[in-house]
Amino acid sequence: MNPEVLLYILVMAGVTYLIRMLPLTLIRKEIKNVYIRSFLYYVPYVTLSVMTFPAILTATGSIYSALAGFAAALILSYFRKSLITVSLVASLCVFLVELF
Amino acid sequence: MHTKKEEFLAGVHSGIPICLGYIAVSFTFGIMAKNAGLSVWEAVLISAANLTSAGQFAGLSLIVSGSSLLEMAATQFVINLRYSLMSCSLSQKLDQSAPFFHRFFMAYGVTDEIFGVSVCREGPLSPFYSYGLISVAAPGWTLGTFLGIVSGSILPERLIRALSVALYGMFIAIIIPPARGNRVIAGIVAVSMILSLIFTEVPFLGSISSGFRIIILTLLIGGAAAFLFPLREETEVAEDES
Repeated sequence: MNPEVLLYILVMAGVTYLIRMLPLTLIRKEIKNVYIRSFLYYVPYVTLSVMTFPAILTATGSIYSALAGFAAALILSYFRKSLITVSLVASLCVFLVELF
Repeated sequence: MHTKKEEFLAGVHSGIPICLGYIAVSFTFGIMAKNAGLSVWEAVLISAANLTSAGQFAGLSLIVSGSSLLEMAATQFVINLRYSLMSCSLSQKLDQSAPFFHRFFMAYGVTDEIFGVSVCREGPLSPFYSYGLISVAAPGWTLGTFLGIVSGSILPERLIRALSVALYGMFIAIIIPPARGNRVIAGIVAVSMILSLIFTEVPFLGSISSGFRIIILTLLIGGAAAFLFPLREETEVAEDES
């Protein structure tokens, strides 16, 4: 293994780990402030929504297969299907639409 | 309360879609690492040590162009800064009675997907649930990289494209059910998607990297929602104890 590449990997992994580790270890107590608590409670819904849309529309070979996968995921998750079911059926829809 | 073993197994179960999606995405990373001239073990080590997509793709191009280590550190910091927001959120979700050292191990697995699944689990988060998720997701990420760089083309491209939707499908399965029973969350999801679309399509805003788009919109929308709809203490406590 090239030592120079190894050094790069060390820096990459080190920085990435610290970003993840520091907040988790520095915030040890339960935050009492209701606004900060509310903000942190809402964080995942914003981040996951922003990451999903519109990125999902360009994740596949065509907008049609992407829309099919997106629609399938929305409908199944509305009916509270499990993570596995939703993600596999969405994938399957994309796969089938791309066959045509 | 569930036992440690039950938590772990539940995590393994929920980790399967993450694993499948990761194989697809990291497969592409493996192919790119091969084209960049990296050895098999270098590429596998990058994936095992970093467990992140955008950061690795950017890191790869920096390695190829022979950038400085400082530049590498700065790039990773900017691209991966969103993880610190997620870690803040997790710090409040985590079971407070769990021993402190778990936080050092859980930190390794703060990815978009593992975070999303863990933070939306009902009740306080057990470290063992996270370990369950990590134990299937991380090998998937590493295995995909390995397959990508060794084969170049074992998986047909159509299958890769289909599987890469698995991760988005999973995100949707996480956010839609709670949105169904809660108007505030439903509104947050809708506003987030609309603003995300605007941030992608409008010329100037579109030049903002996806990592920063996530941070800006999270601060903006999450902050506004916290201000307009602060959680009522009683409902939160009731939820936590269920």
